Formats: sequence, C-alpha cells, structure tokens
Amino acid sequence: MRWFSAVLKQTAAGLRLLLVMTVLLGLVYPLAIWGIGQIPGLRANANGSIVTVDGQAVGSSLIGVDPVDPNAKDDPANDRYFHNRPSAGAQDVLGPGDPSSSGPSNLAADNPKLVEAVKKRQEAIAQREGVPVAQVPADAVTASGSGLDPDISPAYAQLQLKRVAKVNHLTESQVAQIVAENTKGRGAGFVGQPTVNVLALNLAVKAARH
Amino acid sequence: MNDTWAGLLQLALLLAALAVVYRPLGDYMARAFTSKGHWKLERALYKVVRVNPDSEQRWSTYAYGVLGFSFVSVLFLYLLQRLQTVLPLGLGRPEISPSVAFNTAVSFVTNTNWQSYVPEQAFGHLVQMAGLTVQNFVSGAVGIAVAVALIRGFTRANTDRLGNVWVDITRAVVRVLLPIAVLFAVVLMGLGVVQSLSGGVDVTGIDGAQHTVALAPVASQEVIKELGTNGGGVLNANSAHPFENPNGWTNLIEIFLILVIPVSLTRTFGTMIGDRKQGYTLLSVMTFLWGGMLAVIWWAEAHPNGPAALLAGSAMEGKETRFGIPSSALFADSTTGTSTGAVNAAHDSLTGLGGGGALLNMLFSEISPGGVGTGIYSILVFAIIAVFLAGLMVGRTPEYLGKKLGRKEITMASIAILAMPTLVLVFAGIAVVLPATGDALTNSGAHGLSEVLYAYASASNNNGSAFGGLTVTNDWFQSTLGVCMAFGRFIPILAVLCLAGGLAAQRKVPPSAGTLPTSGPLFASMVAGSVLLVAALTFVPALALGPIAEALS
Repeated sequence: MRWFSAVLKQTAAGLRLLLVMTVLLGLVYPLAIWGIGQIPGLRANANGSIVTVDGQAVGSSLIGVDPVDPNAKDDPANDRYFHNRPSAGAQDVLGPGDPSSSGPSNLAADNPKLVEAVKKRQEAIAQREGVPVAQVPADAVTASGSGLDPDISPAYAQLQLKRVAKVNHLTESQVAQIVAENTKGRGAGFVGQPTVNVLALNLAVKAARH
Repeated sequence: MNDTWAGLLQLALLLAALAVVYRPLGDYMARAFTSKGHWKLERALYKVVRVNPDSEQRWSTYAYGVLGFSFVSVLFLYLLQRLQTVLPLGLGRPEISPSVAFNTAVSFVTNTNWQSYVPEQAFGHLVQMAGLTVQNFVSGAVGIAVAVALIRGFTRANTDRLGNVWVDITRAVVRVLLPIAVLFAVVLMGLGVVQSLSGGVDVTGIDGAQHTVALAPVASQEVIKELGTNGGGVLNANSAHPFENPNGWTNLIEIFLILVIPVSLTRTFGTMIGDRKQGYTLLSVMTFLWGGMLAVIWWAEAHPNGPAALLAGSAMEGKETRFGIPSSALFADSTTGTSTGAVNAAHDSLTGLGGGGALLNMLFSEISPGGVGTGIYSILVFAIIAVFLAGLMVGRTPEYLGKKLGRKEITMASIAILAMPTLVLVFAGIAVVLPATGDALTNSGAHGLSEVLYAYASASNNNGSAFGGLTVTNDWFQSTLGVCMAFGRFIPILAVLCLAGGLAAQRKVPPSAGTLPTSGPLFASMVAGSVLLVAALTFVPALALGPIAEALS
C-alpha cells in the first residue's frame, strides 16, 4: 500500500496547488485585467462597444441585430433600414437574432433545409430590392457563424442603397456617401475582409434624414 | 486585392511573427524548465502548497501528481458548477445538471474544452473565472510539464528522477502562460474584446426593439483559451462571436497565440537536448502537415460543391463577413492541428472536404503543431515509432537521441499512439448504431456520420471543436464523450511518463556509424510517413463513408 499513500500525498498537494491557482488565476488575474480595462481608452471596448444616441443605448457596434421596419410588412420595398445578414437565432429565415445568445445554424451545404432557406432568402431580398435573384450576394443569404454578425459585404450594402435612399427621401449619392464612409477595407490592406457596419449605416441614414 | 492574395499575405505575416519569437521564446522556455533558481512568487506558492521545490520525483510519483491534480480539478469544477445558484456572481443563471457539470469538468481539465451548453445563458462569472479560466491555464501547464518530463528522459542518464511536477506546472503558469496572457489580454481589449463583470446590457435598437446584449469577462479567458490551446468559448459562438474576435487583426493574433507555444516548444526541445537540428526536424514535419491541410481546407472552402453553397454563390454559411474564406480556413486548420478547438466559423457548415480536413488534422493525433506540450510529446512518440520501423527494415536495435528503444519503450509509444484511434472507432461505432443518434443529428447521410465521427475525434484528441449540429445533451453522449476525453488525455500521458522514466534510467549510448541520423529531411519524411500511415490504416474506411463521400458527391 505504499503506492496508495504516495497517491494520496500527491493528490493532497494537487488540491493545495489548485486552491492557490484558483485565487491567482481565477480571481486576481481576471479582476486585474478587468481593472486595466476600465482605463479610459480601453473602457468603451471592455464594456461592449456600446453605441448611445442622446444618452440611450441603441446597440453595440460589434453586435448585429437586424432591425425590423413595421412599414415593410405589407410592402417589403418600403423598408427604411439597411439589413444585417441572416441569423441562426432568428424566428424565420430572415429577421433579428437574439444577442443574449449566439451561434450558427450548423447546417451542411447538402442539407435540404439550408437549400430551402437560401432560396427563400434570395427571393425575399430580390423582391425587397427590386432586383433579379442572381444579384443577391452570398453573405445576404447565409447565416453567420455567430448569428450576430455586425457587418455585411460592400456588395450587399450597394444592393440596399437605392431602396434605403428612396424610402428615407435621400438622394442616392447621399446614401452612397454614407456607405462609403462606413466601409472598412482590409486591415493594412490585407488583414480580414472589407466590411460595412450595419448599425453605423442606419444611424447615419437616420441622422441625414433630420 | 483579391481574397487569395490577402490570405497569402496574412499567412506570410503569421509565419514571420512566429519566426521572430521562435528562438527567444523557445530558449526562454528551455531556461525556465532547467534553471535551479526560483522566483519570489514561486517560492511563496511552494510554501503555501507545502512542497519542496528542490526535491525531484520518480516517473510514478510525477504521474500520481498529474492524476491527483487532475482528479481534484474535476471534482472542484463539478462542485463549482453544481453550486452556482448558491455561490456569488451566479447572475441568477439556472442550476447546472449533473451530466453537463460532469462533461464540462472533464472537458476543461483535460484541455479539451468541449461544450455541451450555451455559456452566456448557463454559467455565471464565478464558474467562468474561478473555474474555467483556471483550468485553461493549469491544463495547458500540465501538458507542458509532461512534455518537459519526456525531454528530460532523453537528456538525463542513469537516474530515476524526472523533475518535480509541482515545480514544472507552477513554472509553466508563472513564467510562460501568465505573462503572455496578461500582455495579450490588454492588446485584445484594445482591439475591441470585451472584459465586463456585468451579465449583459439592455439596449433599445433603432427600430425600438428591446434586446439584452450578453457580456462577460471575455478578454482574460479568450487569450489563455488560445495560448493554452484550450478552445472553450466564453460565449456560445466562440471565436466567431464579435466580442471574442472583433476583427481581422484579433483573428490573426488569436491564430498566432494558438500556434506560438507548440511551435516554440520544438526549439525548447532542441535546446534542452543540445541538438537544435532535432527540433527543427520535428518542426518541419509539423509545418508540412499544417501547411498541407491548410491548402486542402482553403481550396475546399473557396471551391464548394454543396448545393446550398452553389446556390448562394459562396460557402459563407457559418462564416463571418469580417473573416471570409481565407481567415476562416487559416483558423480552422490551426485550431484542429493543435488541441485548441476554438472556432471562428461553424465547422459543421464547412464543405465536405474542408470539414474532412479539419477532422483529419485531429486524427493525425494533433501534431501539426499540436497542443501546448501534447504536440511535442506526441510527435516525439511518432519519432520513436519511425526510428523503430526504420530499425526493423535494416535489422538494427533502434536508438533515438542516444537512448536504446527496447521492448518497453516501443510498447509505451504504441499505447500512447493507439489509445486515441481505439476510443474514436469503438465509441463512434457504437454511437452510429444507437437508435437515439438519428434524432441527435442536424444533418443526415454522409455528413451525419461525419458529425458523430468528428465528435469522438474531437473528444478523444482533447480538441473540443465540434460539428455543432450534433445534439450531445443526452446521457449517452455526455458520458461517453467525457470518458473519451479522460482516456484520450491520461492514457497517453501515463504511457509517455512511463516511457520518460525508462529513458532516464538508461545510460547514454554514443552514436556509432550504424546509428540512424534523426535530423534532416530523410528522417522528417519518415516521421511524417509514420503519422500518415497510422492515420490511413485506422481511419480510411470511416473517412470514406463520411467526408470523402460528401466531397465526391
């Protein structure tokens, strides 16, 4: 039974090490990082990049939740918003996800459910924008990995531009300017993909209207 | 610039960054695990833990330490989850069921970080910080400790001592993981990653809709999740979640963090054994496999064959706009070539070939470049097998790094290598004939088989990524995946420590004219060949029915 007492002795030492590490790595370390995150400059990021308008939190610049326009219920072409990508968390094939959760659809490319969803989305978006189905870009009809993608491709922003200008009584060049201002290229020219932040677009359109 | 060029430049920047830190970090780690001196903080820790840092242990005692530490860690993490409703910082989140708590405890202690729950709805901050973040550090440290013990088996002679497990774990945390984690946690916050003690913030969208945006202490765990090749998301979407991975730069940094320690440990190995070419040789095998699988996954995702992707025009299902195809492929390859398992895109929605590439990366026993510590010890085991096979061909007693490889050494190496395929094939085989499995699948046909195969490969290799369409909440999956994680972790660890003990006890054999040179391209191709051979012999039938069938359809 000598080995058994050796096991016990090592396990007891392991328990003591675990408790010490829990204090160091489980409390001191994350709270220290949290403290550093409260320094001005890091603070806005650490707290979730929350965007406020007139003191009211309207969302996070990192979290995409598709806005719903009640006027678009009967006539999709009468929708005033730029729209996000589909979300696996949404009730229907299009529409807002739920930012208190996150996740992808996990559907494979040969799953009939996904084929059906892509078709429905293409038709709905083509109808909303008044264009042929072939013009709808891939990111507009596929659910993102997080279900909360804040961005769309420049192509999808361009596709929505005409409708948004018309419904909001702005000129196309005004909205084109807004899209250009909110389009981010690849980092340093090659890191990541070009993106357009949807919340920023909609806020800028709203501001231009007033 | 088009996607391909942008992706290639990202790849070049990543490799350049790894090349810059390779020497200094590798040598620093070698010093950290050979130095006789102790830091003040370490001395204080040893005092509280009541261990004598200058006494060394036999392989068996070292192994008892690893097992004992992991056992109490599972117990502690289990209780922390079960008691979250009565402990502080629970955020009012629900009680965790015994099966979820068991699976999660084993998962994080074994460096797997498989997740069968939605973290932002299941766990409060105390479980995240005092439970999961801690295991992100120490499970990585255990892997490094075992690797260092094996390397000492080669460097030492005529001794039954391998080092002190408590010293090795403590140094891996204090000298290696923690300083890098602090630095990059701040960098990640600067680039947009969240670190909040609030459970969520209520917002009123521009359309007037009310939402709650989930928040958590992400940055502190995100960094060690990658650096320690753990992979458990603080948020359900893992590194696809914009709060964990907000832009192309954070994505590249996270991939760098995943690779940096496993890659640099080949330098640590070379430095410790006093022959750096040996380390470069193993690194070249890792790079070859990593690069090869990257090419497969990237090409497959850029040229999808599934009907939905063809209809949409691109394989963007499950991928984020800011990453697109190249950055998602680079992440998928790196996370499955190591034991990380973090994902920035839904692996279940990868193409047949792309998902198959990720799966095969794991089935190579995760050595390209592998997890922290586990990568280097696993590839050393393959090197031993390669020397043995070569020895058989020419009829010589095999030697590696001045040690004779006798029956004991080869037996231990074989056990270490064969544990994972056995677990994967046996449990996946049983799972696919169970009637309940059909209901657990999101996708059917060849892709459905891939979901099950991927789950057991991920658990048995301690990866933790998933074809997330498989619903793993029933008791069969929760318990068998837990068993795979535990056996897949500790059988190889025990075999490796026993092997290390045997090697350290031997005398050094000076190389003779008949000794097979174990550095250079010839030996590298033999090691790579052994890896490919073992994977092909064990997994080709299963792969043919899953991802290969899907890729050819």
